[in-house]
Order: sequence, then C-alpha cells, then structure tokens
Amino acid sequence: MVEMRDTYGKALAAYGAENERVVVLDADVSSSTRSRYFGDRFPDRFYNVGITEAGMVDVAVGLALGGLIPFAHTFAFLLALRAAESVRTGVAYADTNVKLVGAYGGLSDSRDGPTHHSLCDLAVMRALPNLTVVVPADGVEGAACVPVLAEHEGPVYLRLSRADLPDLMPSDYRFQIGKGRVIREGKDVSIINCGVLLSRCLAAAERLTSQGISATVVNLPTLKPLDEELLLQLASQGPVVTVEEHTVIGGLGGAVAEFLSVRRPTPMRMVGIHDTFTETGPYEELLDRWGMGVGDIVAACEGAVAG
Amino acid sequence: MYRESLIAELEERARQLRCDVVRMVHDAGSGHPGGSLSAAEIITALYFQRLRLDPADPEWPERDRFILSKGHAAPALYAALARRGFFPVEELCTLRQLDSRLQGHPDRLKTPGVEMTSGALGHGVAIGAGLALAARRKGERWRTYVLLGDGEVQAGVVWEGALIAAKYRLSNLTCILDQNDVQLDGPVHEILALEPLADKWRAFGWAVVEIDGHNLRQILEALDQAAHIHDRPTMVIAHTTKGKGCSFMEGQSAWHGRIPNAEELICALEELGNG
Repeated sequence: MVEMRDTYGKALAAYGAENERVVVLDADVSSSTRSRYFGDRFPDRFYNVGITEAGMVDVAVGLALGGLIPFAHTFAFLLALRAAESVRTGVAYADTNVKLVGAYGGLSDSRDGPTHHSLCDLAVMRALPNLTVVVPADGVEGAACVPVLAEHEGPVYLRLSRADLPDLMPSDYRFQIGKGRVIREGKDVSIINCGVLLSRCLAAAERLTSQGISATVVNLPTLKPLDEELLLQLASQGPVVTVEEHTVIGGLGGAVAEFLSVRRPTPMRMVGIHDTFTETGPYEELLDRWGMGVGDIVAACEGAVAG
Repeated sequence: MYRESLIAELEERARQLRCDVVRMVHDAGSGHPGGSLSAAEIITALYFQRLRLDPADPEWPERDRFILSKGHAAPALYAALARRGFFPVEELCTLRQLDSRLQGHPDRLKTPGVEMTSGALGHGVAIGAGLALAARRKGERWRTYVLLGDGEVQAGVVWEGALIAAKYRLSNLTCILDQNDVQLDGPVHEILALEPLADKWRAFGWAVVEIDGHNLRQILEALDQAAHIHDRPTMVIAHTTKGKGCSFMEGQSAWHGRIPNAEELICALEELGNG
C-alpha cells in the first residue's frame, strides 16, 4: 500500500531536476500535499505563500505568463471553491499554463470531516472551458502523470488522494491525457472508474462473477476531455456503471450521462455521493456509509443489467 | 528631469486618449467612462514614456509587463494601445461589439498588447507578483506594472498579493493605485473606507509614493523612484478625479458606468478641446 501523494511528490521532485521551468507553490500545506519534497530539493523554485489560496493561484498565473510551469498545491476543496474565481478567470479563461493540484480529494481526509472532504471539486473544474481534469487511480498513475501534465501546454486540474492505495497499474504504465484503459474484460456491464475506487470496482467485478454477471472494468483517469471513443465502445456492449468518490452531480456520472444520453443512450447507474454532506470517521467506513461500498457497485451493476 | 516639451506632448496624448474614451463608450453604448478618464495620465505615462514595448512585436520577451487590474478601464487601455501602434485606431469603435477584438474587459488572447485578462477585480497585485517572481527566477530585467482602482482594494485577494509581494521583496513590481474615491455605488470612503491607505501599504511592507495622478511629471518621477527602490515593491498612490476632464462626470458615481448620449458626447468633446 502506498499513498498517492507520496509517489506524486517524489515524481514532481524528480521531474524538477529534468525541467528547470517547473516551479512549485503551496498554501501552507506542503507537508500534506508532499510538494515539500520538491521544496526541499529546489528551495529557490518553491514558493510557500501561506494560507492565500486565491492569491496563490494568481501568483501561479503570473509565473505562467512569465514562461514558467507552476504547479500550485493546496487541498482540493480550497482550490475548487475558495480560489474558484481566480481559477475561472486567470487560469481557465486566460488559458494560462498553470497546473492546479488538489490534494485530499474525496473523503480521503476522512477524520477531519466534511469541511475537509472534497466532493464537488470535479464538478466545478469540469465546468470550466480549457481545463484538463485528471484523477489518478493509484500511486503509479499519480506519479506517471507528472511529466505528461508538465509538458502539456495548457491549464490542468489534478486531483490527488491522501488514502493508502494498492498499486494497480503496471510499473511501466504510461499515462496519456484523454485515454481510458480497460483493466478487466467482461461482457454484461461496464464499470467505469475515475479515481481511487478502482480496487473496489475490481472487487465488485469479482463478486459479480459468482452471480453470473461478467463485468468490464475501465479506468478513466482523465475526466476531461472524456475518452469518447472508449465510452461509445463500452455503450455498444451494454449498460454502464460509473464509480467516483464525488457527488454524482456534475462529476464522472454527470459527464458520462451527458455524453451517452446524446450520442448513444445507454442504461446506466451512478455510484458516488448522492447529494449529501458526510461525517468524520475512518476512510474505508466512510466510503461504505456513503454509497461507495463494493456492495453498492455490485447492486448498481445488477440494476443496470436488469434494466 | 523631464523636459517641459515632453510633458506638454504627453498632456496632449492624455487629452486625445480622453477623447477616444468618450467616443468609444458612446459608440459602444456601454462601458465605464469614469474610471477610464481618471486613469488617462497614468496610462499615458506608462504607454508613451515608461514601458519598454515593441508594437511590432507584442510578445518581445524583454518587454515590460503591464496589467490593468481595474479592467473596466479597458477603453483607456485600448486607446493607448491603438495610438501606440498595436492595432489600427479605426478598430476602437468596435469596442464591445460581437466579433470585436476589443472585449468589454481586457482579454489577453484577443487583443494585441494586452498582457493579461482582467475585469474580475482584485487579481492584479498577485498576478503581478507572479510575473515579477518569474523575471527574477529567469534573471531578466523587465519590470511589471499593475494599475489598480481604489474600490478594488476592498477585495481580500489584493492583500494576499500584497503580503506575497512583500515576502519576496519584489522590487521589480510597481503598482499604481488610481485613487478617485468613487466606486459603482458611491464614494469609496462611504461604501467601505480604506484610509489610511498609505499606512496600510507601508504596514504590508511596501514602499509608498503619493502623487497627483493627473500630473504627468509627478507620475513619471514616481515611477523612476520606484525603479530605484531595491528591497521592496512600490505602491504609487495616485490621487485622481473620477471622470476627469468632463466636468459633468467629475466625482460622480453615476458616471462609473453611465454612457454619454449624443448631446453629452458633444459637450464632453468640446470641453476636451476636440469638437
């Protein structure tokens, strides 16, 4: 088990040695986001600007205008909500080359409670034109995306997790923006995952086998732009179930439903948070409590297959 | 020392810029004349004397950067850019029209010479701090200038930017505050008082220079002074009059966003010496 933030932070520091244009900002949570690894190695390229989320995003915009590649870090909910107008105007509308990194996505800061849970960041970021939105599934993907996002010219929102996660991607995994990946082949239903619930999706697929349901499991690390080709292919095979650690309003479920309802109407179910605030508690138990348990994914698949 | 003839030439530029502004907002049927007119001398001093620019190469890497944080003064910025040769003067009358390169507020992707998109108030100081950090990081000598409104500095993010610029002692960042004491709903000192403003900026770690924002010599000398301060960013507090140059607009919050009708346009242009 590894923490994605840890592999991400190490990857960012390693990439910093290769690319001098990379600069890093944090809003006083660099020990939590792990941007500190970069800061320890490259102190003259690291700006801890204190608890000034909107100001930090603006400073990042200025650094990007000046020809550098800023990675700006804080908790996901603060980037998406407190700094939202800076993100909309200076990053998305002005189309500046800023990489926004939201740590502690979803319920992963579980015991700090609902103030720190980030359950609508993807909806906010996905609604902004020009932004690429990326949600890695494990530590391998969290590290693999760093050079790709740095070398992609344009604004990015990257959502990280605090959770301990199993490595699911092969060590030679190559991340590509806008590309999903079939992790397990099936034929009756497709489980589409965006984020760190992939191991739960795989466990659900396993459980479904004993009920005679064969499930495809797909990992979709880029929420925007969607891998439309893959979605159309999955929809041609049968119903789909989306799985995300986020409100189903405007996140993966919303995105897939918006696309398929127009291009290829398909029976679907959405696993995620259903329009509610959460509570403090252990991470895995919170996921189960709020509808993201393996049983919930299984039930959603059964419902989707039954029509 | 600036020659009298240069000052006279710049004063003429500022007069012409005001004429452009009132014509533009009249033609557009919308826009913000008051805050454009109060900034006429400041923008003139920057674009016709202080900023190192190349209109033939708007992306020249060594150019000075200017951010119009009070983006609603876009007509004044566009007039300066056109008169400086970034795009044809004839284009000014397309302000705020569909398909125009001259958006209601500055858009860096559409208008040659516009360094940064603005309009949502409050962001210029922190974005300017980022630019100044980039110049320092890259060892480049260009400077960053930001023009703010006074109502604008009620926004909290301005002070986030102020703290950050002071932390990094960004002496290559100069901000200018167009203190006309009028905002959309009324006088700044009534809506949400800012004074003592110079003390506030000093307390935040900035050098402060206070000037008459309609006096071109004072503006140029303040900008020179800022360039010789090497341990902190500078805020030039420029005392101005909203709607300056059109007596019926001066100091009136109604003219923050009101548009001169045909009669008022003639009146304004006559007063500005350009019938």
